[in-house]
Amino acid sequence: MTAIQNKPVDPTAHLSDEDVEALGRELDAIRDSVLADRGARDAAYIRKVIDVQRKLELASRGVLLLSLFPPAWVAGTVGLSISKILENMEIGHNVMHGQWDWMRDPKVHSTTWEWDNASPADMWKHSHNELHHTYTNVLGRDNDLGYGIMRVDEDQRWMPFYLAQPLWNLLNACVFEYGIAAYDLEIGKHLKAKKRGTADVAAFQAQLRNVLQKVKKQATRDYLVHPLLSGPSALPTLGANVTANLVRNLWTHSVIMCGHFPEGVETFTKTSIEGETRGQWYLRQMLGAANISGGEALHLMTGNLSFQVEHHLFPDLPSNRYKEIAPQVQDVFARYGLTYVTGSMPKQLASAWGKVVRLSLPNGFLSRRTAKAVPVALVQRVRPARAEERAAA
Amino acid sequence: MTTVTPPQTRSARPRLRDRLVKLAEAAATPLVPADYLDLVDPLRSGAALRARIVAVQPETRDAATLVLQPGRGWAGHVPGQYVRLGVDVDGVRQWRTYSLTSPADRADGLIAITVKAIPDGVVSNHLVRAATAGTVLQLDQAAGDFVLPTPRPAKALFVTAGSGITPVMGMLRSALHELDDVVLVHSAPTADDVVFAAELRALAADGRIRLVEKHTDVDGMLGTAELDALVPDLAEREAWACGPTGMLDLLEGHWESRGLAGRLHTERFRPLVVAAGEGGTVTFSRTGAEVEADGATPLLQAGEEAGVLMPSGCRMGICFGCVLPLRSGAVRDLRNGDLTTAAEGDGVLVQTCVSAAAGPCDLDV
Ligand SMILES: Cc1cc2nc3c(=O)[nH]c(=O)nc-3n(C[C@H](O)[C@H](O)[C@H](O)COP(=O)(O)OP(=O)(O)OC[C@H]3O[C@@H](n4cnc5c(N)ncnc54)[C@H](O)[C@@H]3O)c2cc1C
Ligand code: FES
Repeated sequence: MTAIQNKPVDPTAHLSDEDVEALGRELDAIRDSVLADRGARDAAYIRKVIDVQRKLELASRGVLLLSLFPPAWVAGTVGLSISKILENMEIGHNVMHGQWDWMRDPKVHSTTWEWDNASPADMWKHSHNELHHTYTNVLGRDNDLGYGIMRVDEDQRWMPFYLAQPLWNLLNACVFEYGIAAYDLEIGKHLKAKKRGTADVAAFQAQLRNVLQKVKKQATRDYLVHPLLSGPSALPTLGANVTANLVRNLWTHSVIMCGHFPEGVETFTKTSIEGETRGQWYLRQMLGAANISGGEALHLMTGNLSFQVEHHLFPDLPSNRYKEIAPQVQDVFARYGLTYVTGSMPKQLASAWGKVVRLSLPNGFLSRRTAKAVPVALVQRVRPARAEERAAA
Repeated sequence: MTTVTPPQTRSARPRLRDRLVKLAEAAATPLVPADYLDLVDPLRSGAALRARIVAVQPETRDAATLVLQPGRGWAGHVPGQYVRLGVDVDGVRQWRTYSLTSPADRADGLIAITVKAIPDGVVSNHLVRAATAGTVLQLDQAAGDFVLPTPRPAKALFVTAGSGITPVMGMLRSALHELDDVVLVHSAPTADDVVFAAELRALAADGRIRLVEKHTDVDGMLGTAELDALVPDLAEREAWACGPTGMLDLLEGHWESRGLAGRLHTERFRPLVVAAGEGGTVTFSRTGAEVEADGATPLLQAGEEAGVLMPSGCRMGICFGCVLPLRSGAVRDLRNGDLTTAAEGDGVLVQTCVSAAAGPCDLDV
């Protein structure tokens, strides 16, 4: 894949400026129809999810007090994993998007919510809501593209470092909550600024302190307090908490990969969004996200990010509405001749991982060679690249 | 035998308690233990104050009494006082104020409010027509100084209209046995619209109060000359009045003109609005929201509509529950037209429920 502006055939070339604005108006109309009808049913939905999640968490932690018994360990770990996933995805992510602010309940509001994740709510809201959702899939602006450690687009220059990116990606998936925290801290940006001498060190350190404090609290809860409360079951409970966090990390990482990485999702050049109109913004969101097809349980466990396209078009609409408007959104895609990217979770995951592997190598590397010739060719590629880097440094 | 409590156990107890609280907090983070306890008992002591609807009793075709079980943190009330209720209507939390109509010390600990549905009224219609027993509402402690003094006045006059009977009913139900001479002049469109009609008429029949009913659809509005004629000893009476703005303005003028201003106590259900601001862009800087508000829309309403968590209370300028720092800009007080301006960093406190934008302004919320 290549940024849409650099492609030989631009998939939006058939749309005139007026078409794009008309498309924007149609999407606005879908949004307005949901706003007009938003009410008691939606409020009851999120309250129910919160209620179920908290009871599930209490029950799971209760069962884990006896985690010395294998059936209790299994039941408690499964319950806690599901509870943590619900808390992060359908509740935390969506509440912090302001999807439920209209209820005016101070307990369920984007300005007061704190989630079960290493990244403090304030910091996450800035990097996710303001940066990622504004600069969706814009190369060099949207840090969600590869989290600054991966090559996710042919247009990004290849470096030997990227050879190991399948490994980075797997490691990042395992510790994803810390990955998010590190990346919300914008460590890379800070280091660059430091080199130039323009860094706001005090501000960075304050943020770092916040993160460490949050990490400490979270770790104390999962790895100290609850194990100790389990008495003789302390070790199995510790294991259960580690497992639940790992499961949650792997799951959320996978869902997010499926949202922006599968083949068919477009990226955009930095300059292409200057002076973007509302219609153009919508168009970029339409092409920059992919859905996951599946049943009710999948939608719930992905926090309805299985409707990533709808979420990116309308980030602050209540998540339970995405599946209801999906047919209308698909209809807009069809009538304007655009591709609505969707597929089952295994298919989208395979596609996204395939891309991570493919882009770990220089462009077109595999297609030009037989499998046997790859290792030799790589070594030849790495040496000059290294030399180039040293020369640059 | 006398026991002497050694001082160390007394101080050890709270320390143990503190530790347990800390432990519970560490186990619950990022939530607080209360979030889990609320799942089980939202009315427990120590919880944010709430109330559960026990019964909804129709009073007239557009009024109903809601009997409420307040949470254990409820501190009681003085008859005549009101409470703030947070009611979720169509999923949106709305705060309104209602006078308590139940006697002060009911043996069962329940309290009651009586609501009259007004045309297009969001909360009043919901409470009268759609509220159901079992629903939990948000509650605030009772407040207000529209109450009977101690010692009780020898002669009392109550002038009420429509739902304005509510605080007076609370007083009569609690303290009628301490009042020797009570006149109640109550206005309602028709005999059927009189809230608490049966109870009031029974009290009158028993000679406990003198009740004058005005059915305004046929009798017309109560006039001051008429009131003087109905209550010849008006000047000797301590008076309480509650009803629509027009009636209260009229009565206040009348008492003043007769040199009796200090003897009339009024309770208003709506703010007195005289002025409009110029309107402007309102920024809620901490939330990061920005809205265009016209000169007649209170900042409180503008903020709520933008999804900002605005603090609020009586919504009519008496409780100061809605006060926020104005970081910069200009607002106009809707009650008297006064202009308040703030320069960057001033943080002048303004009552958002009775202030509207008078140009661009920036609130610290
Ligand atoms: C101290 C105090 C005590 C109160 N006690 C009671 C009580 O015991 N029983 C009771 O029924 N109400 C009482 N009220 C009024 C109550 O708080 C609400 O204002 C009322 O129920 C209307 O709310 P709403 O949401 O239905 O109307 P809204 O949706 O807020 O308003 C709908 C329309 O009605 C107008 N309006 C608002 N309030 C009134 C009003 N009071 N009279 C006429 N028009 C109005 C609005 O300007 C608007 O045009 C009291 C108010 C105060 C300040
Ligand atoms: S809400 Fe009571 S003064 Fe504004």
